[in-house]
Amino acid sequence: MRLQAAAGLGRMAGVLSKSLGRGDGQVIGGRVILAACPDAFARLVAGKRVAFVSATNGKTTTTRLLAAAMAAAGPVVTNFSGANMPAGLVYALARPPVGVRPDAPAVLEADETFLPGLLAAAPSALLVLGNLSRDQLDRVGEVAMVARRWRKVFAAGAGLSAVANADDPHVVWAASVIPGVTWVSVGQRWTSDSALCPSCGSILRRATVDDPGNPDWSCTSCGFRRPTPTWRLEPADHGHSAVLVAPDGARYTLDLQLPGQANQANAAMAVVAADALGVRPDISVLALRSVSSVGGRYQTVSLAGRRVRLLLGKNPAGWSEMFDMLAPAPAPVVIAINARAADGKDPSWLWDVPFERLADRFVVATGERRHDLAVRLLYAGIAYASVADPWLPGALPGEVGDAGRGETPLDSVGTYTAFREVLRRGGGAGDGG
Amino acid sequence: MAAESRLRLVSIYPMLLGTYGDGGNLQVLAMRARARGLQVEAIELDAGEPVPDGGDLYLLGGGEDDAQVAAARALRADGGLARAVTRGAAVFSVCAGYQVLGTVFPGSDGVPEPGLELLDVSTDRLPKRAVGELLAVPIAEGLRQPLTGYENHAGATHLGPEAAALAHVEVGVGNGTSASTSGGVFSEGAFSGHVLGTYLHGPGLARNPELADLLLSWVTGGPLDPWVNGDIEALRAERLAAVRRRA
Ligand SMILES: [Zn+2]
Repeated sequence: MRLQAAAGLGRMAGVLSKSLGRGDGQVIGGRVILAACPDAFARLVAGKRVAFVSATNGKTTTTRLLAAAMAAAGPVVTNFSGANMPAGLVYALARPPVGVRPDAPAVLEADETFLPGLLAAAPSALLVLGNLSRDQLDRVGEVAMVARRWRKVFAAGAGLSAVANADDPHVVWAASVIPGVTWVSVGQRWTSDSALCPSCGSILRRATVDDPGNPDWSCTSCGFRRPTPTWRLEPADHGHSAVLVAPDGARYTLDLQLPGQANQANAAMAVVAADALGVRPDISVLALRSVSSVGGRYQTVSLAGRRVRLLLGKNPAGWSEMFDMLAPAPAPVVIAINARAADGKDPSWLWDVPFERLADRFVVATGERRHDLAVRLLYAGIAYASVADPWLPGALPGEVGDAGRGETPLDSVGTYTAFREVLRRGGGAGDGG
Repeated sequence: MAAESRLRLVSIYPMLLGTYGDGGNLQVLAMRARARGLQVEAIELDAGEPVPDGGDLYLLGGGEDDAQVAAARALRADGGLARAVTRGAAVFSVCAGYQVLGTVFPGSDGVPEPGLELLDVSTDRLPKRAVGELLAVPIAEGLRQPLTGYENHAGATHLGPEAAALAHVEVGVGNGTSASTSGGVFSEGAFSGHVLGTYLHGPGLARNPELADLLLSWVTGGPLDPWVNGDIEALRAERLAAVRRRA
């Protein structure tokens, strides 16, 4: 079938699916297009400037920020709201916003396990690679395996270019086969999945042991080491905004609406990637300030008579960035844990999250796997209550007090499907429809 | 237990063998011991750090293939864990850590790697990776409650004559081997003396408090007062119902 006819079918399926309340319609629409036209992806990206954003954490936000930066220079095609497998990408490309020309650049979030398969169709893509850590081990597989697959495919792609995080050893191992990588130092706070040298399996030496905050690392056995970054993020500190330092020493202040150090890292990656795609950093950093919510994340909705801020916490590395995004203690927090396919079917990872850092707060444990969370909190010595549905009238325990009734919203952190559920019930908007 | 009656719990290389939340087993044991009025010293060893041989109970968790090989080689070279076991210390090991205690296991790219020979088991590859809920009926003395956990491994573990099975598999794969030559249900886990291995993640001791207390009773030398919590029971009930509904 012709691509255009397939895209028409896909659009119909997508609209139908969305009107039936079955999600955003992008994935269904994309599947219909791929069924009718199996090489749709290759044909849709042919002749396009394409950037793939991939990472375990932050890829949706980095994609959103990079698209915002690119949009400052002209129309751009992008897959919003985390539809990051081939069907979602195809739908976004087949159905660009009105007025976007076919040769407009594409900024595409790519699931890290699907990224290798996409590169054959886009041999001169720009890769934007943030981090690799454990995520949903029941289906994604081992971190070292993902890095090895990336490296193998990257080595075969003669025309690829990359903007990559120099502080993450797995990312460096994969990306260093690409000539002329632009290395960015955005930090790596979760180091538990990169204790070993990806090259030889020896234990990596970390400078931070003797020099806190120093992101340098090296292998004493085989010589594999952190490449010298040309761009560097200075995270926000004591009232100072985060600053991105360019190779020429120019300093760009990142005044973000998005909270937390992880989003400063995402923004830094986006600005450097935009620079590689021809958008000047001084223009990018202004564009990033307009982004206040990503697929519903950080959005405030109204639920059970309270203002509730929605946060996504889906794996240990993501959670390690969460604690400095929460309203300060003693503010209570609602945590919702599901274990459906999209969440990862086993929540053992809860034990890798330092929930001890929630001391001095009260936690409402909810979601389909709230008992797993309750037991985790019990052994962490945290005050909590396990509640089946905290958003029913009167269901929030008294310890939550007036949180969310005044200026500061009540924080609700959820795994992917739990987060989507609260977003839906609160009437919040994912972007990209 | 050491003379000053302080329980010494040693978590071995959690950076290498703690991929699946198994670090939680240390927290579970420490809190359950303290709840019984015991003094606890919980030690987490950095990768490659010498293993003190004066501990009461040693913990090893799951890990990726390369990390498993690195841990096994460091432990063989160090010798501290073997000395502790000879002295009578207890060991609780999970998944990759369980395989490391045996005679041989599949290392990086499946190349057989020698283990520590502290438990009479050997591991090769399952035909298909075992991923999912694991439910097993215990046969070890001191355990009555069903064992519940999550497994994620590609190892088929064969028990030698010196090792006894911990349980029979009701749902899942466990060792992926049967004790009987005529076939039959798979066994799960193995133990010999006070050295025990299992494929139960979850972590295993969070989901199976009876097993946690059995280990504590081994090192304290007697039964413990009951310590029952409604949320732990709710978790067990919910997991048992879910796995049996699906089976
Ligand atoms: Zn090395």
